Amino acid sequence: MVARVQLPQAAKRGEVIEIRIAIQHPMETGFRFDLMGKAVPKNVINSLRVRYNGAEVFRAELGSGIAANPYLQFYTVAEASGEFVFEWVDDAGERGSETAAVAVT
Amino acid sequence: MSFFRLPRWGGFWLVALPFAAVCHGAEPQKLAPLKSGIEFASADVRRLQADDFENPGMLWVARGAKLWGASAENDGKSCAACHGAAAKSMKGVATRYPRVDPEAGRLVNLEGRINLCREKNQQAAPLAHESGELLALTAYVAHQSRGMPAQAALDAQSMKDFERGRALYHARIGQMNLACAHCHDRNWGRKLAAETISQGHGNAYPAYRLEWQSVGSLARRIRACYFGLRAEMPPFGAQDLLDLELYLAWRGSGLPVETPGVRR
Repeated sequence: MVARVQLPQAAKRGEVIEIRIAIQHPMETGFRFDLMGKAVPKNVINSLRVRYNGAEVFRAELGSGIAANPYLQFYTVAEASGEFVFEWVDDAGERGSETAAVAVT
Repeated sequence: MSFFRLPRWGGFWLVALPFAAVCHGAEPQKLAPLKSGIEFASADVRRLQADDFENPGMLWVARGAKLWGASAENDGKSCAACHGAAAKSMKGVATRYPRVDPEAGRLVNLEGRINLCREKNQQAAPLAHESGELLALTAYVAHQSRGMPAQAALDAQSMKDFERGRALYHARIGQMNLACAHCHDRNWGRKLAAETISQGHGNAYPAYRLEWQSVGSLARRIRACYFGLRAEMPPFGAQDLLDLELYLAWRGSGLPVETPGVRR
């Protein structure tokens, strides 16, 4: 699974920063049929968790209503220099993760 | 007086029209002004393409960047081992395709060139048409030429393919009995149901199409037009598709490469 994350490399303490993540995933709804008429099993990224220096700052539960290649964006307050860890898992059990660092002054 | 003029003008047109048809057939015409498909897109699609992070096609570019540095299965050589940084070595490359490969002696598009390189230099199996890997690598290589004007290199070798492509472009096909030219040359800018007909240029491909929820090649897009005309779709890799790609590249030359573009 390919994913891209984007957040400012440097921020001032107390500043609200924007965090964006895009994940390449088909987000199969389970309602589609292949060319042979067989149902394609549902496979969506069902949860995404973001931790900032160990503390959870964002969590999302995704379903079949989310389009392929989901893109999420949220805001948090820059408190200390450290690392954002993004983790997600899909219905097939495949896990993905990505990290990004921010320097807070 | 006007009663007498009408038949005279009618006679003029009867004589003039066949000449116009002959002139049109002799010299291929480029459209003026040239308009990229993005100019016909709605504001939200334009915004999606313009934002390098939100543009979902960039996920394929990111995957292509990883594949560029990854070793092929057999001899372990990566693309980067020979070509170095793609930002330098692949800049402007996509603007010149499709072209006749001097060694293979046949018309290849960018996908075909990547597969030739895999077979010849990496001793690896060619990647399947429309596979995630091939689309990612093609998107990554073409992305290095973004903003540069496409310039189809027509030469003595590619002239035959070009003429075939031009003939295909103007040939009526399918149950709809329409040629590409009927929509994309004569009626661009007008509506086909809810869609605005574009000029049909390939400068954004491989592009992310919202309908596909994925990046796809220009060949896939052309096949979709065949499907819309209820014509038999040529298989991926067919010479017809390559010839059409070459003709499209020529008639769109001058437009900037947009890869990865976003389309409806």
